Amino acid sequence: MRHFTVSSAEPTSDVLSELVAHLRRNRAQLREEWIRRISAFRLLTSMTKEEIFAEATSVFDNYVEVLETGSVEALQAYARDLSERIIPRGVDTPEVLGIVLLLRDVLARSLFEKYQGDFALLNGVLDAYEPAANRIATTVAVGFVQERERVIRQQQEAIRELSTPVLQVRERLLILPIIGAVDSERARQLTEQLLRGVRSNRAKVVVMDITGVPSVDATVANHLVQTVEASRLLGATVIVTGLSPEIAQTLVTIGVDLTKMNTVGDLQGGIEEAERLLGYYVLGRRKTSSTPDKPQEA
Amino acid sequence: MPVPLLKQGQYLIASIQSSLSDADLIRLRDDVLEQVARHRSRGVIVDVTVLDVMDSFAVRTLNALAQMITLRGAETVIVGIQPEVAFAMVQLGLTLGGVATALDLEEGLAYLDERAKQSMRGGH
Repeated sequence: MRHFTVSSAEPTSDVLSELVAHLRRNRAQLREEWIRRISAFRLLTSMTKEEIFAEATSVFDNYVEVLETGSVEALQAYARDLSERIIPRGVDTPEVLGIVLLLRDVLARSLFEKYQGDFALLNGVLDAYEPAANRIATTVAVGFVQERERVIRQQQEAIRELSTPVLQVRERLLILPIIGAVDSERARQLTEQLLRGVRSNRAKVVVMDITGVPSVDATVANHLVQTVEASRLLGATVIVTGLSPEIAQTLVTIGVDLTKMNTVGDLQGGIEEAERLLGYYVLGRRKTSSTPDKPQEA
Repeated sequence: MPVPLLKQGQYLIASIQSSLSDADLIRLRDDVLEQVARHRSRGVIVDVTVLDVMDSFAVRTLNALAQMITLRGAETVIVGIQPEVAFAMVQLGLTLGGVATALDLEEGLAYLDERAKQSMRGGH
């Protein structure tokens, strides 16, 4: 049997090709072992056996190919692609990292087994195998995390782009329905949009409906107070509507002072109050047309 | 640069033309008070449309101005605060608490008219 020096570069590539050949020869058996371990460790529980088998096959082949060529580009692309497919299915980072590490261990065990007679050779093989295997694990994990982050960024942008409409319902009356969580960035945008709306529509009264805001804490309440005060500086009165009983309880319990705000139970009440402030009268049409010429002014 | 004060019927309009130094603000306050007394004005409108900054001193001076005018039995309206300025003001906690505000000069005049009507109805 040949002898390998641990540190020299040239024999390492020899070892590597032998290693790759070994892994290819035992492909089916190693893959089986790997899948057995994946299910033993209860990883990838959200995927079916067939799917795990299919993914395992391609991960295995990619893995061996990277060991052979040392180029991680193809693996990077594959990791991104894999992440794209499995993230929506609720696969977690620890799971992905776990399966890659399992594969590393399975392959390492098979190397131990094969080269157990020759310690020096085993050392050489591991010298070639370990850095490559670690690089693969890092690449897959990083690829997965990057894909996740990309998804999160995309969603954040989507949320930010969901504009909050400022709608005019009557002359000088705007409504601002707020849907979704309000953080300081969104509160700033919201206030800016509202102030611009107040100016361009020459609004006197704004009804701000927060029925769609899931939770209101001290910070959100503070943002709302700022919006109300900024609108007042432009001469517009703000009526806040849609504070649910739970939110009202929370606010009183944590001691947020909303006495500066003009609040009405629901959007309908808010619009009625606004109409009153603006001097509108809404008259229902009489069912009988006996008094056709009812004077408009009360 | 002094702020021109225009008498418009029973109202006095202070139309700010450029950014004001602290001294200008003090002078504006004194001039307005003096003119309100001379013309027996019922309302004062301070038009701040051109101001793109309102610092704490300006806000404090305008607040003081409004309170002093209230003591003279007249009303004050600040008009024309820009959206960006309003936003910056609330961020700094400068909210012009006790002073009426309106969108622009027209709105300010309408507000004072409305208040005059109310006090006539209520008073007599």
